Amino acid sequence: MLRQFWIAYLTITRKEIYRFMRIWVQTIIPPVVMVALYFIIFGSLIGQRIGEMDGMVYMDFIMPGLVMMSIITNSYGNVVSSFYGAKYSRHIEELQVAPVPNLVILLGFVTGGVARGICVGIAVTLVSLLFTDFSVHNPWVVLLVAVLTSCLFALAGLINAIFANSFDDITIIPTFVLTPLTYLGGIFYSIRMLPEFWQQVSLGNPILYMVNSFRYGFRGSSDIELLTALGVIGFFIALLFGICMYLLDRGIGIRQ
Amino acid sequence: MYALEIKGLRKTYASGLEALKGIDLQVEEGDFFALLGPNGAGKSTCIGIISGLVNKSAGDVRIFDLSIDSSFIRARSLLGSVPQEFNFNNFEPVEEILINQGGFYGVPKALARERAEHYLAQLGLWQHRRQQARRLSGGMKRRLMIGRALIHEPRLLILDEPTAGVDIELRRSMWDFLEQINDQGTTIILTTHYLEEAERMCRNVAIIDHGEIIRHSSMKNLLRQLNSETFVLYLRDDITEAPALASFDNVRLLDHHSIEVEVHESRSINDLVSELAALGIVVERMRNKVNRLEELFVKLTARNDKLSVA
Repeated sequence: MLRQFWIAYLTITRKEIYRFMRIWVQTIIPPVVMVALYFIIFGSLIGQRIGEMDGMVYMDFIMPGLVMMSIITNSYGNVVSSFYGAKYSRHIEELQVAPVPNLVILLGFVTGGVARGICVGIAVTLVSLLFTDFSVHNPWVVLLVAVLTSCLFALAGLINAIFANSFDDITIIPTFVLTPLTYLGGIFYSIRMLPEFWQQVSLGNPILYMVNSFRYGFRGSSDIELLTALGVIGFFIALLFGICMYLLDRGIGIRQ
Repeated sequence: MYALEIKGLRKTYASGLEALKGIDLQVEEGDFFALLGPNGAGKSTCIGIISGLVNKSAGDVRIFDLSIDSSFIRARSLLGSVPQEFNFNNFEPVEEILINQGGFYGVPKALARERAEHYLAQLGLWQHRRQQARRLSGGMKRRLMIGRALIHEPRLLILDEPTAGVDIELRRSMWDFLEQINDQGTTIILTTHYLEEAERMCRNVAIIDHGEIIRHSSMKNLLRQLNSETFVLYLRDDITEAPALASFDNVRLLDHHSIEVEVHESRSINDLVSELAALGIVVERMRNKVNRLEELFVKLTARNDKLSVA
């Protein structure tokens, strides 16, 4: 039976990866173009006037955050659009009638989201080479944080898709929650620049931990302790994983 | 062992609609079984529960003695279902849809490809295998769903109106295909609004109405309950009004050269033709107004909620 589940998992994963690779002009290129524009505007043009941030050239400071932003939005976007699309056109029923445990369905969709997050992350990192010197303090931390973060947002995307009843519903959370949290998550500034009160408020933003641990992996410096950041990411993964399993087991949003 | 056994199955939707009111149903292994009922009777809800698309409120469903609750992995491996609505990814190539579905059932890719080729050829879709599903005609899409349901070679196949919107020629070729599948040992449960289809293919039948099974018997026994049939008679000479026949009450003039007559089982066609001949009326040809099962079905499920034009 494990072999049966393994084949089902590989099928879902392959299908998910094929889906975003088939439309790579819509899925891979736009984030690369967007981040290139960020580098040009905030790095090259405005960044020269800002000077150093946390002892780094501004371009070097924002580079990990911009890569992380791409990973977050793409891992989330992949799962929310794929799962909701499957619900909308009812081909989610292909999985519902099959002998596939919900855990396998969840892992398949999450792996698809992680794959897109990592693909876009690599593409954006390569583009950043045009603007900044590439130096990696600890590649294992970079890889670990990238995988864990994309995993977390793939789970979040699935929850959004489960509750979504229209295509509007899958854009509300990214627009009104994800984007503000990402921009306020220390991509463009160090929270040490903020007044004490706002520093404390910022600590409630989970994206801050991801951006900073990722920056640590690249540059070796961070506003947050690495282990604390990994603990926070791990906590949210466990929480969202539990919620996803509960929703899938109850059939909420997909079974009448 | 039954291919399908349902006990006390109930479904009440969140809206309060009681779609199934505790139905019991058994389908023998190897059977070709018709589940009939008017729109909204509960057929699709019942099939949705069996195939895992709808949560039941109460009751027990077993597929080859495996509970869909406690042994759902093994039970679903034995079941293939063809839903009423198209539910595949329109942007996927036809062959990929079948291979992926095989993958969901744990069929290795090479074997799934081999089976996909077999079923696509059998269902006349081979030349369309690389096309996106959205480019197929309605009839091709229906056949694609049948092929997809067979890719893991289920022992029980449930088809929810598989020939809806399909032209008669294609419908007949689908009947032949399903009969072949059944002959090879697959139990088939069919819902359809084409009662000719059910009468031709199915050995046993259940009629569901308002969430309850109102008849459950062999097709032969069910049709025996039909105590009258309506015939349309085409006459050689024109007539201006319905003839008054001593032994037949319901005679209606359709036009100047055809009439409709209800013949009770106590009367024969010979009686009818003789009475008409005595009045100088010659019958050239005749046919059943509707097929026998349809006539019985309408009587059994007669409703008050008929459509009216204000």
